[in-house]
Amino acid sequence: MNNDVKLMKGNEAIAHAAIRCGCDGYFGYPITPQSEIMETLMVEEPWKTTGMVVLQAESEVASINMLYGGAGCGKKVMTSSSSPGVSLMQEGISYIAGAELPCVIVNVMRGGPGLGTIQPSQADYFQTVKGGGHGDYKLITLAPASVQEMADFVDIGFEIAFKYRNPVMILSDGVIGQMMEKVVLPPFKPRWSNEHILNINPWATTGKTVNRKQNIITSLELQSELMEQNNLRFQEKYRQVEEKEVRYETIRCEDADYLIVAFGSCARISEKAVEIAREHGIKAGLLRPITLFPYPSKVLQQLTKQLKGILVVEMNAGQMVEDVRLFTREVVPVEFFGRMGGIIPSPEEVFHALENKFVNK
Amino acid sequence: MATEINDIIKPENLVGKKSALLTDVPMHYCPGCSHGVAHKLVAEVIEELGIQAETIGVGPVGCAVFIYNYIDIDWHEAAHGRAPAVATAVKRLMPEKYVFTYQGDGDLAAIGTGETIHACNRGENITIIFINNGIYGMTGGQMAPTTLAGMKTSTCPAGRELKNFGHPLKMTELVAQLEGTCYVTRQSVHTPIAVKKARKAILKGFKNQKMEKGVSFIEIVSTCNSGWKMSPVEANRWMQENMFPFYPLGDLKDI
Repeated sequence: MNNDVKLMKGNEAIAHAAIRCGCDGYFGYPITPQSEIMETLMVEEPWKTTGMVVLQAESEVASINMLYGGAGCGKKVMTSSSSPGVSLMQEGISYIAGAELPCVIVNVMRGGPGLGTIQPSQADYFQTVKGGGHGDYKLITLAPASVQEMADFVDIGFEIAFKYRNPVMILSDGVIGQMMEKVVLPPFKPRWSNEHILNINPWATTGKTVNRKQNIITSLELQSELMEQNNLRFQEKYRQVEEKEVRYETIRCEDADYLIVAFGSCARISEKAVEIAREHGIKAGLLRPITLFPYPSKVLQQLTKQLKGILVVEMNAGQMVEDVRLFTREVVPVEFFGRMGGIIPSPEEVFHALENKFVNK
Repeated sequence: MATEINDIIKPENLVGKKSALLTDVPMHYCPGCSHGVAHKLVAEVIEELGIQAETIGVGPVGCAVFIYNYIDIDWHEAAHGRAPAVATAVKRLMPEKYVFTYQGDGDLAAIGTGETIHACNRGENITIIFINNGIYGMTGGQMAPTTLAGMKTSTCPAGRELKNFGHPLKMTELVAQLEGTCYVTRQSVHTPIAVKKARKAILKGFKNQKMEKGVSFIEIVSTCNSGWKMSPVEANRWMQENMFPFYPLGDLKDI
């Protein structure tokens, strides 16, 4: 039996994974349903073991700007929040993207708009993949569907963030954050030494020595020609990300007539709905985008050729469905089923939606 | 003519020289603005302490947004008002470094009030340099939280009327109340003596970081002759007659 197999909440798994993957700093502000992340870190006291800094900031605005500071030093820094708090962070996220800094941001989504509800939701899809803050930038977005993926995506998130010098969002929701599952925690990795940071992050503000030019962390460029060049460089980076970082899972798609597309907790529910549909003789399959940007558009387009219909299932009013319609160019009918306000759809509901929208039509 | 000047500028004739940490980039500040002198003092202090490679600056949004072009160290250009949060993380993650913010009154005392107070209250081992000229310079002379009563700006053209616009904010008095600050002082750079005192204060503010006593907060009451619509000489006089009575110079706290 592996000693590192534990039963824990998704939020707790994020915290343990952060310590284990050599994260240098966590800066956050309490908000339901993700407060266990910082609470777990404060109980674990990693500053006594790995030297990781954990700080409760005065606001989400402060925490995201602490990430700007920490990431600029070439350190692995992360924050977490839930929807209203992530709205507050959007200015800082735009600056981080504009200054090309790597960091990991966790959003354990709850229902909105406004103060909304503390119950789960996926209504921040648009905010996450369409920009959120100002300017032309992209957040590389990982959508975990299990406690195991909550743990795994922290390290993967940092790897991708540093590879592209871009913020990475782990877009989770109140279901995945709060539910307890079996999880194999990742092995301990040491934090990066200062020498290592000097080698791999030559852009970081490690202190200007006589041997090099100043390192300046900024998103400012007042000369339009140069600012356009910056933007073109970012766009080229996002194109590279689209080419190389797409992640997805397909379940029973080989012979599927109908495809459910869902991410995060809705994908878990839809997986069960696929089983129910198969029991009823309906050939259903599931495409679970793991990265929401970059979107698995190619596999979606490939699968579309064999399909009679696509059902997009989300805990919102229909956000990702717009992208599915765009990427498939609606060569097959694309329907939507969603619940809002913190209501979690049941597998039976999803199955009935599939049945009613396509099979019994 | 040029050769004649070069004949005079010889090492043995020099009474002072530009800090090696000040770059050759011409400053964009208006003639008469206090920023140039304040920048020079920061550069001189870092040079004197020999900590160029150990110092990380955090710049503001406002007139000093391009401070990184003038002082030859590593910099973070923070979002408007967020410099103390940025500096908090830099210092916590690299406690061996000297970390300071350089912020104007709009940045520090309006949009960044929360970050300023909480960084001060946590007692971060950083130095905050606060340029208070009572106006938003970069955006063209709007009312700042520190604008004096009756003072005219583009958003209070009839003068700051307290009933509508509230009272000028004394940030320095405010942060002096907090347990997390160790050295809180108000200085100016309008005369050679004032410049010397301000330099001493900045030096002390940097040295304090090694003693881990908390935030050193140095306000520099400054001129914005363009925003105030005055000549540099008039602006200096106006500052002494109007700013200093409300923002008196001197140490408020020194632990």
